[in-house]
Amino acid sequence: MHVHRAERAWLIFGVAMLAVFLAVITSAAVVDGFVPPSHVQTIDPTKVSQTPPFDHPGLRKVGVGAYEAYYIARIFAFEPATITVPKNAHVTFFVTSADVEHGFSIPETGVNAMVTPGWVSEVSYTFANPGTFLLICNEYCGSGHQLMAAKVIVQ
Amino acid sequence: MKKTLPLSIAGGNLLALTHIYTATLVLGIGALFGMLQGLSRANIIVMPAAFDYYRMLTVHGVLMALVFTTFFITGLFTYCVYTTLPRVRSTKLGWTGYVVMLVGTLMAAVAILDGSASVLYTFYAPLKASPLFYFGATLLIAGTWFVAADIFLNVSTWKFANRGERIPLPAFMATCTLTMWIIATLGVVAEMVLLIPWSLGWTSGIDVSLTRMLFWYFGHPLVYFWIMGAYTIWYTVVPSTYGGKIFSDALTRLAFIMLLLLSTPVGLHHQFLEPGIAAGWKWMHMVLTYGVVIPSFMTAFAIFASFEQAARKAGVSGFFNIVRWLPWKNPVFAGPALGMILFIFGGFGGIVNSSYSMDVLVHNTMWIVGHFHITVGGPVALTFIGATYGLVPMLTGRKLFAPRLALVQVYLWFIGMAIMSTAMHWAGLLGSPRRTSDVTYFGAQGAATWHPEMVWAAIGGVIIAFSVLLFIVVATGTFLADVRANDAPPSFAFASTREDALATPAVFDRLTRWGVLAIVLALLAYAGPVTEQLTAHPYLAPGMRTW
Repeated sequence: MHVHRAERAWLIFGVAMLAVFLAVITSAAVVDGFVPPSHVQTIDPTKVSQTPPFDHPGLRKVGVGAYEAYYIARIFAFEPATITVPKNAHVTFFVTSADVEHGFSIPETGVNAMVTPGWVSEVSYTFANPGTFLLICNEYCGSGHQLMAAKVIVQ
Repeated sequence: MKKTLPLSIAGGNLLALTHIYTATLVLGIGALFGMLQGLSRANIIVMPAAFDYYRMLTVHGVLMALVFTTFFITGLFTYCVYTTLPRVRSTKLGWTGYVVMLVGTLMAAVAILDGSASVLYTFYAPLKASPLFYFGATLLIAGTWFVAADIFLNVSTWKFANRGERIPLPAFMATCTLTMWIIATLGVVAEMVLLIPWSLGWTSGIDVSLTRMLFWYFGHPLVYFWIMGAYTIWYTVVPSTYGGKIFSDALTRLAFIMLLLLSTPVGLHHQFLEPGIAAGWKWMHMVLTYGVVIPSFMTAFAIFASFEQAARKAGVSGFFNIVRWLPWKNPVFAGPALGMILFIFGGFGGIVNSSYSMDVLVHNTMWIVGHFHITVGGPVALTFIGATYGLVPMLTGRKLFAPRLALVQVYLWFIGMAIMSTAMHWAGLLGSPRRTSDVTYFGAQGAATWHPEMVWAAIGGVIIAFSVLLFIVVATGTFLADVRANDAPPSFAFASTREDALATPAVFDRLTRWGVLAIVLALLAYAGPVTEQLTAHPYLAPGMRTW
């Protein structure tokens, strides 16, 4: 089959570009650990409030500048509604849903994960700048979805 | 003035025309709801509680993503096959398909409008809609299977009688795309097999992750179903508007075969941020998604090469001269061509979305909404609109009503969509979430920067809605004004392949073989993640109506 010379050049350029993108994304994943949240852990969505550690949602200090935050997402609020951490805190969020699909997003940070009933989501972030961050549900969950928000205060 | 009886339309023409007009009407209703959403989200209007934002959003999403596109494409492919192959069968199977699709659409519409199915077009469990919604959506899909069966039977009958001959290109594209569509829709039908008994109360819980994976197994090829419909017009019809030829028959078929193979095994790139799916599978689907970019690179080359060759033949050379030489005053050209401009941005945005960890920055933000408006709402819709301006006169034997209005319409759509989509992309980068009726968040500081973008999106939305109104006036006016076209040149014609293009390998026409290979690829891509989901023994979730 005949492929025009210009078309061959164009396709080589295109495929090379994709190869570069792939190399950058893959090396960022392997070297720097930039991997989308993919935690695999099941939980009974009807018994979230009785299942440790989600029976006591909130912030725990686990080391120097290191925290774990356990969240329950349920229509139309997050529990805890507010957490306060010091500047440069490295926070690992564990989130699960007590009802429907939710989102867990802190705009302008790298925190963005889906929250699927029956599973625990994990995402972590280092808060380098102080301020009050808005934490929102970014997946439609029902009539009050636009009200579903919480706060992360970085001091 | 002597009054004559309206020109009668019958047979396959009537069938194709009915599909096209149904799509036109649906686009009109969908655009009205889209405009109201834009205004409501920019806090310019407040929707009554009895008809809230999410119900409206469900109507808009279902009508635009599932109904408008599907009716147009089934109509287009019916036309492609009926006009390029001698008809050997009655239109009964085709009409059955149309009626089943229509009944399904009406059932889903009733469920959405009465408020029992505000689940958006993705109907993510455990949001539980009324059974009517799931039944209706299933029938809409089942109807397309009848249309596909009609087309497959026509093509295979013709092939049997004409051994060794190449399937005419438009019929090939129809068959290839519908083969992909059948493979893809098996996923959503399997999802319905889980959802329907659950919504009827026969089962108490649902495996949420499994339904999501089945949805996106279908959800991404759905996108390629739209794109392949648009590409069919770009390759075969657009060249005829400027006296050009199809650049290469063989490479066109190869591009479609690649789309058939690679459209399905990529769905996990919609689920990058989900728990319960190991990162390795997500990475694999990213690589395959990059693969499906290649036939689009091939298409871009072929379309522009076709422009240039025709222009050079007419004695025109130089980039700007060629661009000027193209028939920008013919809406059948201008619609698809303006769509191509938007698709350059849509394509690159798509690569960002499919780029694994990069998706974290844009997932479920307004960026995604901007992306699908500049893809399905840009190139796909503009191509279908432009094609309607060619098809309706062709199918009715009438002259296009108010052709200048048609021209103004496609440019207005282009401008409106460019404004709206740019604003949406930008709002997304600032973090504004999608699918949210009000993004003020009680005056939170972080949310304040999103509002100006929402106003711009609303302005774009109003321009698009106005342009859709003009579209409906022209499309229906063509029928009602009933001005005979007589000796006018065909408004929607398939171009021929250029003479010096080389022969197409016979293996490209073996679509059954390619279809089997596509199924194998889909199974390979999904065997791992689905097995992992099932062996994790996820808890079932009870259904809920949270709206």
